[in-house]
Amino acid sequence: MKTDKGFGGLRRFSRREFLGIGAASGAGLLLAGCGGGQQGGSGTLNALFMKQAAYSEDNVRSMTKEFQSHNPDIKVNLTFVAYEALHDKIVAAAPAGTYDTVLVDVVWPAEFGSKNMIMDITARFPETERNRILGGALQTTEYEDKYYGVPWILDTKYFFYNRDMLSKAGVQPPDTWEGVADAARAIKSAGVVKYPLIWSWAQAEALMCDYATLLGAFGGTFFDGDKPTFNTGGGLEALEFMRMTLDEGLSNPASTESIEEDVRRVFSQGQAAMALNWTYMFSLANDPAESQVAGKVDIAHTPSGPSGAPGVNGSMGMAVSRGSQNQDAAWKYVQFMTSQKVQNKYAKLSLPIWKSSYEDKQVVNALPEVVPVAKEQLKDMILRPVVPQYNEVSSTMQVEIQKALSGDKTPKQALDDAAKSVSTALQRS
Amino acid sequence: MSVTRAPKTARAPRSGSDSRRAFRQGRLALLLLLPSLVVVFGIVVYPLLRTLYTSLFDVNSAFPGTYPFSGLGNYLRAVQSGEFWAAIGRTFYFTLSTTVLEVVFGVLLALLLNAEFRGRWLLRSIVILPWALPTVVNGAMWRWIFNPEYGALNALLTQLQVIPEYRSWLGTPWMALNMIVVADVWKMTPLAAFFVLAALQTIPRDLYEAAWVDGAGKVRSFFSITLPLLTPTILIVLVLRTMEAFKVFDLVYVMTRGGPANGTQTIAYYTYVEAFSNQLFGYGAALAYIIALFILFFAITYMRLLRRGEVEY
Repeated sequence: MKTDKGFGGLRRFSRREFLGIGAASGAGLLLAGCGGGQQGGSGTLNALFMKQAAYSEDNVRSMTKEFQSHNPDIKVNLTFVAYEALHDKIVAAAPAGTYDTVLVDVVWPAEFGSKNMIMDITARFPETERNRILGGALQTTEYEDKYYGVPWILDTKYFFYNRDMLSKAGVQPPDTWEGVADAARAIKSAGVVKYPLIWSWAQAEALMCDYATLLGAFGGTFFDGDKPTFNTGGGLEALEFMRMTLDEGLSNPASTESIEEDVRRVFSQGQAAMALNWTYMFSLANDPAESQVAGKVDIAHTPSGPSGAPGVNGSMGMAVSRGSQNQDAAWKYVQFMTSQKVQNKYAKLSLPIWKSSYEDKQVVNALPEVVPVAKEQLKDMILRPVVPQYNEVSSTMQVEIQKALSGDKTPKQALDDAAKSVSTALQRS
Repeated sequence: MSVTRAPKTARAPRSGSDSRRAFRQGRLALLLLLPSLVVVFGIVVYPLLRTLYTSLFDVNSAFPGTYPFSGLGNYLRAVQSGEFWAAIGRTFYFTLSTTVLEVVFGVLLALLLNAEFRGRWLLRSIVILPWALPTVVNGAMWRWIFNPEYGALNALLTQLQVIPEYRSWLGTPWMALNMIVVADVWKMTPLAAFFVLAALQTIPRDLYEAAWVDGAGKVRSFFSITLPLLTPTILIVLVLRTMEAFKVFDLVYVMTRGGPANGTQTIAYYTYVEAFSNQLFGYGAALAYIIALFILFFAITYMRLLRRGEVEY
C-alpha cells in the first residue's frame, strides 16, 4: 500500500475490501442458488394462492399434502392472500423470485407474459394435453399463441336466485335481464325483501366481471382493435341497466361497496333474492352452517339480453415464476395440482378444466345441480380485454362506471371519459 | 480495576508519533461509525438516490433492465394529470380535518384526564387503547362497524332512531372519505391527548391560583394561561400528525381500497396503484418524490413556527 496514513488509505482499503467481500458473498449466494436449481425437481417450493372463491384454503392444503406424499423430496410452503392483493403481491415479489408458482387471473398473462415475469411453458404443455382441456379454460393462460401457465380454476359467474322469495312474489325464475328487472319489481312491491338484487360493484375487479357479463348480454364489445367500443351500443346499455336498477331501488345501494364475498353474505342472510356470483356460492349458500337460506338457492345460466347470455370468463391458472430457482419441481407441482385426478376429487367448490371430467360420476355427484348448468354456460363465455395494460384499463373503467352508478355522471359521459383515458393508456406503452 | 488502569497503559507509548495515534484513533472512529454509516446509506441515502434515478426513466417492470430515459416526463405527467390533483385535494382535506379534529379532541380529552377524580388511572389506560391498536386492525374494525348490512353503526343509529333505516357508509365517495377521517381521528386522538396531558402537568398551579385571586373564571384562565402554555406542544402534535396524515395509506387500503369512484384515493394510495398495480415504476417514483417535497414544505413551515413559538414560564 502506498498511503498508509490517515483516512485516504483507509477509505480506499475499506472500499476495496468491502466490495471484495460483497462480490464474494454475492457469488456464493449465486452458486448456492444455482446448486438448488440443478437438483432437478427437489427442494423447497413457495407457492402463492388466493383466499377466496373456488378451492378453499383447506382444499389447497390437502392437495399439497397429497403432492408431498408422492414427492417426498419436495417441500411446498403455501401463502394465501386476498384476490384483491394477489396481483400486486406477484409484482412486488417478482424481482426477488420469492414464489416459485403463482396463481394468475385470466386478465394477467398478457401483462406478466409480455414483461417476462412468468415462464412460457408452451414446450412443456403438449397439444395432446391441451386438446383435452375445455376451450374457455385454455384461453386463461394464453397470450399471443404462447402458454404462460396451466389453467386450474375454470369459473364463470352464474345466476343465483332464492326460490322461496320468487314464489312468494309469484314470479317465475327469469331468464332475461328484462325479466330480472320485472321480477325484482314484483319482489320489491310484494315486500318480500327491500332490495331484491345485490351485486359486486365495489371499485374492484369484481365490478368488471359483472359489467362484462351484462355487456356481453346486451351485445357490446370492449375493443375493436385498439379502439375502445364499450362506450357505444351494448356497453352503454349495460351500464344504463345497472344504473336503472339502483335508481329504482331494485339493487342494494351497498352494491357499490361490495365484492363477491359481501354478495355471498348478503344473499346467504336472505337479504337479497337474486345475484351473480362464482360457482363456489352454490355450495356455501346451501350449507346451513354458512347460510340462513340453505336449500332454497338455485343456480342458473346467466339471464340473456338481446345478444345472448355469455358468462364472464373468470378462470385462473397456475404459472411458474421466472425468478424460481427450482423450475422443474415447480412444474411438477403445477402438473399435479391441475391434474384431472386431483380436480375431479375436489370438484365441490371449483369445477375441473378437463372435458371428460363432466361425464365423471365423482364430479357429477359432487354438484348434481351445477354440472348441467355449467356444461352449457362454460361453452359460452366472454373475455375481458386481453392487453398488457389491463390493470390500468380496468381501474380506469371501474372508476368511471362507479361515477355513473353514484349519479355523478351520465352513463354515456362516464364511458366516453373512460374510453378517452383508456386510449391514452394503450398508446403510452 | 481495569477501568482505572486503562488510561495508564494507553499513555505509556506516548513517545510514539502523534500522527500514528491520530491514524489509529481515526480508524477506530471509522470502525465504530461504520455500522451506522452502512445502515444510513443502505436504507436512507441509497433508496433516495435510486428512487430519484428511477423517476427519470420510463420503468415499466420490477425487473432490472434498460429503460428509455424520459427526463422530467414523469413529473410533468403528474402535474398535468387531473387524477393526481384530485388525489392531492383529497389528501389535503383528509390531513386538515383529521389534524384539526385530533388536536381539538386531544386537548379536551387531556383536560379531562388531568382533572382530579377517582379511577383516573383506569380512564387514562383505557384512552390509550385505540392508539395501541395496529392501523390495519383499526381499519378492519371500522370496516365492520360501517358495514351496511350487519355493521354496528347502522344498528346503533337505527335503534336510537337517529336514522330511519340502514344506510351505506362506504358506498358513496364523499361519505366514505369522511368515514375514513372518523377512523383516523378515533385512533390518533389519544396520541394528541397524551402529549397535551404531559404539557398540562408542567404548568405550575400557582398561576391558576393567582388568576383566580385576580377574579378570572375557568374559561378565562383556560384561554389566558392554559392555551398559551400549551402552544408549543400543540405545534409539535400538529407537525407529527400533518406529516403522518399526508402519507395515509394503510387505512385506505384496508377500508376502501381507494373506492368508490376513487373517492378515497389519497396521494400515497395513488402512488401505490400506479407503481405496483399498473407497473409504472418510473411514474410512481416521481410521485413519491412529489410527496416528499410536500412534506419537506410542511416540515420547514412548522420548524419556523416552532422556533417563533417558544415560550418561557
